[in-house]
Amino acid sequence: MSVTAHTTTVAHHEEPGAPMGKAELGILAFLATEAIFFGLLILSYVYFRVTDNSAPNADILKPNFIRTLIFSLCLFASSGTIVLAEQALKKGNRRGLVLWLVVTVVLGLAFLSGQGWEYAELIGENITPARNTFGTAFFTMTGFHGFHVFGGLVMLSILAGLAAAGDFKGPHSAAVTCVSWYWHFVDIVWVFIFSMVYVLPALGII
Amino acid sequence: MSDVPLIPDIKKPFYRLGEKEGLMSWVATVDHKLLGLMYISTAFLFFIVGGLEALLMRIQLGTARNTFLSPEVYNQVFTMHGTTMVFLVVIPLMLGSGIYLVPLMIGARDMAFPRLNALGFWLLFFGGLLLYYSFVAGGAPNGGWFSYAPYSERAFNTTYGIDYWALGLFVQGIGTTLAGINFVVTILAMRAPGMKLTQVPMFVWTTFINGFLIIGAIPPLNAALVMLLIDRRLNAHFFTPQSGGSSILWQHYFWAFGHPEVYIMVLPAFGIISEVLPVFSRKPLFGFNAVAISTIAIAFLSYAVYAHHMFAVGLGPAFEAFFAAATALIAVPTGIKIFNWVFTVWGGKLRFTTAMLYCVSFIFMFTIGGISGVTFAVVPTDWQTTDTYYVVAHMHYVLFGGTFFAVVGGIYYWFPKATGRLLSEKHGKIQFWLTFTGFNLTFFIQHFLGLMGMPRRVYSYPDYPMWSLFNLISTIGAFLLGFSILYLMVMMWWALRKGQRAGDDPWDAYTLEWSTSSPPPIQNFDIIPPVRSRRPLWDWKHPEDPDWKRDHSGKQLAMQRSDEA
Ligand code: HEM
Ligand SMILES: [Cu+2]
Repeated sequence: MSVTAHTTTVAHHEEPGAPMGKAELGILAFLATEAIFFGLLILSYVYFRVTDNSAPNADILKPNFIRTLIFSLCLFASSGTIVLAEQALKKGNRRGLVLWLVVTVVLGLAFLSGQGWEYAELIGENITPARNTFGTAFFTMTGFHGFHVFGGLVMLSILAGLAAAGDFKGPHSAAVTCVSWYWHFVDIVWVFIFSMVYVLPALGII
Repeated sequence: MSDVPLIPDIKKPFYRLGEKEGLMSWVATVDHKLLGLMYISTAFLFFIVGGLEALLMRIQLGTARNTFLSPEVYNQVFTMHGTTMVFLVVIPLMLGSGIYLVPLMIGARDMAFPRLNALGFWLLFFGGLLLYYSFVAGGAPNGGWFSYAPYSERAFNTTYGIDYWALGLFVQGIGTTLAGINFVVTILAMRAPGMKLTQVPMFVWTTFINGFLIIGAIPPLNAALVMLLIDRRLNAHFFTPQSGGSSILWQHYFWAFGHPEVYIMVLPAFGIISEVLPVFSRKPLFGFNAVAISTIAIAFLSYAVYAHHMFAVGLGPAFEAFFAAATALIAVPTGIKIFNWVFTVWGGKLRFTTAMLYCVSFIFMFTIGGISGVTFAVVPTDWQTTDTYYVVAHMHYVLFGGTFFAVVGGIYYWFPKATGRLLSEKHGKIQFWLTFTGFNLTFFIQHFLGLMGMPRRVYSYPDYPMWSLFNLISTIGAFLLGFSILYLMVMMWWALRKGQRAGDDPWDAYTLEWSTSSPPPIQNFDIIPPVRSRRPLWDWKHPEDPDWKRDHSGKQLAMQRSDEA
């Protein structure tokens, strides 16, 4: 806390230059809760993968591994583009900010449509949450993840709209930082899901 | 009489609670004081409902082979009673006290995120309504407060009760999580200038740790709840053993929440005790650091003991040994706290106000609950007592004799701050003894019922020797307890209108909330005393001998001050 500690003060005090403001702390705590939530969903998937071998299971996804990889790369790339957006903001380059935010949204949309495609195919083959534990855990985990991607896209679009309308003078905006952290988080969750559902079975590990 | 309030200062202007008059000023508010009081009022509202449910059960159990409630209704009533008391009474009381007090105790204008604060309250409130809507929607949930699978699955439970249960708790769980996040950030980022994190009042500290517990513990519940909902509504298979799922998975996820949850329900009570005992003993909290560090230890350990709720499952010797050891271990930091409270009171200049009576009896009641808790750590003993009335006695000693006694003590202590008026000490004493007697009458005997083999969650029992008598005693105690709660509510209602004016600092207290007016103005403080020790208000009132001129380590300070007391 500040050094003017020992004088009597009127009730207000927020240090603007502090390394981490309230918003950043808040989003970190929030992401911690989300991490546990997803961790447990993924854990249940792995648990069933180990204990329940009834078909159909993740093997059915192998033929389309490459397709999912491409859509996943879109999501991973979008973590990079949002960093570019932040850097544009730091330089006060508002057009760059808008541009990179829009690119991030487009990449996120690409990912979501890939997921939709996959869902449609699976459901077409009557693989649903009701089919067996694979369907149950797969759709729950990827469904909640997709829902979070969608939420992120809404927030990114709002940021892009505000930026286009002249907000965010830079060099720093708590809103942009928080959405960016959230977006990285959604990305990291996908790293785990992707490994557990697609990569490890493809390698024959689980 | 040293227990009458000091210096009531009646000339000061009386701040109204809301900025504007009328209902809107409550519905639309983002002020932590109003929201805190709304949490507490909501808790009392649901407390009436949950209490009536308890009385219904006690009537049914008052005598052997009673037919007052049908088995179906009895199942719904005990489920709703437990769920209500845990999620809609104790949790809102804990959150509400924190939301009301933390900003005042750390000299802040409000919580870190006022609008999030309001959102959290309304989620909790509507979560509660969703849960109760189940009665209208074809039957309340009937799976107990932990809704074990697969009984809670659609195959065995076809009405919508469990769905409303899961949905309601999910919604209120999100609200609770938001409050937890808000606590952590508020206490990290909003302290008055000069107040180090190690100098916050103990209630603030326990609420801080509680914030982390909430952040860690509610997500497992929420995960389990959505999985159950998906099972039930999309015919999925998480917890259905007949199709590859696992009902033990539900137990793991539920208790990974459930045990930390019991500490979520008690840590703030520890904080309340640690504020009230020192003030009425006229000395600082003994061993502040020990109390603070043991709180952290409890928070960590609480995740490492959760499977002691699952000994009856047959987890295997290795698992059982681990969780038994951890469970025995968690009694250590809890015991450390008890000793520190005893030493705080020891040799002090005691003032037995009603608040003090509640807090002192907390120590005894909670210790009884802690001792029965440790007996569960011994796995074979647990096999004998699990799912009997012994467990019911244990949980009520820690939750009612513990948490609730502390909260009521806190209400007697802070009511004057929040409303500007004192609760009657004369009626307070009567009310305390009613509660104390009613509580022990109801629950102590249940230890014996449990040891005699009476299972919990049964709507009826055969006429074994003593069973009817013991149950009747318990039922009489329950009605006494119900009466004492009614008494308390009438007292509060009366005091709000006609109570004696309290002034800013009726107890000659130590912490910042007593430096502002009662009730505090909308901006909380006009001036904050400088913070240079853990008792800024003491320092302010005793410029000749402030704490910060003495040893800061706490323990020595407490000893010196007690010599002078
Ligand atoms: C010394 C500390 C404690 C220990 C060692 C302990 C141990 C236990 C154990 C092993 C059980 C499971 C008994 C069984 O079902 O067979 C249990 C149940 C319970 N405990 Fe504790 N406990 C402690 C403190 C607390 C506290 C502080 C609270 C709450 C404020 C609490 C609330 C409960 C509740 C609600 C249950 C019943 C859960 C249920 O089955 O519905 N306990 N305790
Ligand atoms: Cu426990």
